[in-house]
Amino acid sequence: MQTVKMVVTGPFSSGKTAFIGSVSEIPVVRTERKISDNTRNIKEQTTVAMDFGRITIDKDLALYLFGTPGQKRFDFMWEILSEGMLGFIVIVDSARPETFREARRILDTFRSYSNTPFVIAANKQDDEDAWPPDDLKIALSLDQDMRVLPCIATDKNSVKNVLLELLYIILESTADEPKPKRKR
Amino acid sequence: MALRGNLKDVGLNQLLNLINLARKTGALTLQGEGSAGNAHLFFKEGKLIQASMNSQVIRLTDILVKVGKLTPDQAKTVNARSKVNTDKELGLLIIQNGMLSQNDIIQGVKSYLLESVYRLFTWRAGAFRFDANILPPEERITVAVSLDHLILEGSRRVQEWEQLRDELPDLDVPVKLAQRPEANLRDINLSVEQWKVISFVNAHNTIRQIASFLKIDEFQIRRIVYGLQTAGLIEVIRPAAAVSAPALPLAAPTFRPIGRSVLLRVIDRLRKI
Repeated sequence: MQTVKMVVTGPFSSGKTAFIGSVSEIPVVRTERKISDNTRNIKEQTTVAMDFGRITIDKDLALYLFGTPGQKRFDFMWEILSEGMLGFIVIVDSARPETFREARRILDTFRSYSNTPFVIAANKQDDEDAWPPDDLKIALSLDQDMRVLPCIATDKNSVKNVLLELLYIILESTADEPKPKRKR
Repeated sequence: MALRGNLKDVGLNQLLNLINLARKTGALTLQGEGSAGNAHLFFKEGKLIQASMNSQVIRLTDILVKVGKLTPDQAKTVNARSKVNTDKELGLLIIQNGMLSQNDIIQGVKSYLLESVYRLFTWRAGAFRFDANILPPEERITVAVSLDHLILEGSRRVQEWEQLRDELPDLDVPVKLAQRPEANLRDINLSVEQWKVISFVNAHNTIRQIASFLKIDEFQIRRIVYGLQTAGLIEVIRPAAAVSAPALPLAAPTFRPIGRSVLLRVIDRLRKI
């Protein structure tokens, strides 16, 4: 069976595990541990190696979603997880501007690993303190052509839209066949 | 929906850039740390139009005195003649009395506005909140200041601030008068602020204590002490400089192309879930 791989990354507690869990057809394989440091007041458990989700495309093809650990001390895993990826998604908690700088650092690090396409998912858009995607784009000092998409990681359709947008970008970056009409 | 955060995460230049590029209208409230106070900045379609510091409403006459456009006596005369004391009424009285032209008043307000905001660039931390579509009271005189120049000048001042911080990294050290019996001090002219600082220089008062007593912000005290130090009038003790972190190494690109037909199958499947 052929597999394609996408990486879901972002700062600590940005919603990576929830994002994968919303669309994975298998229960997300989690490598979580109880948090022992002062980030514990944000959440009880965190991903220490990776999260893993799967979507079967057909009998010969499957899409794997790998979530990276968000805490900085596990960032040695990032390069390993990025190997062979089709594209990557940077999840940003739009309601926590204190994580924006870290999100930008993660984006730059992943871009240094590979020139694969990517999108930024402005997560938690259902939170009243969420920064709108356009404002987030300016706050993160992103280039005009970088895509920042509204997202609610716990909502399957929202996650699906982010994945599809990334796939369209990947498709645009490859030549030959005509581009399909976008349909949600 | 308000934009909230802290200046240590999103700097003032980034915030102003956002307001400028998105042509936002509304009020930006900044709460500085410690004794820094607070500030309210108002914007219309991406331009700065009004600012107030520490929730104080400063009358137009006071602003024009501060920027040197009016004398205190002229301000007193205008204030005495004013019935309602709104900025617009005061402005009209100033023009009718031939003290200043409309353009002089606008330039004075603009100058005051800019100097007030430039100081905020030295705030490294503090909560902020941007509320859309809130404008200052109608009786206030507003001027439209383009943020492009303000951001550039603010950033330049931040650089100056950082240089000063490198020169004087620690404010919790005492300063003393330099022991230079051979120096000729006859031709040295000091500003009022420099004299005030000099008068508190002894082996016991730290720079921070002097600033606190004189109600001078960190930027100004660094500027004054650095100036006095460069002139050889005072001496401070320097701690060792910090070592900067090494840059991230860049890896070679590893993108592996995949067939369009595979991509189309993935897209088709995802649409159906």
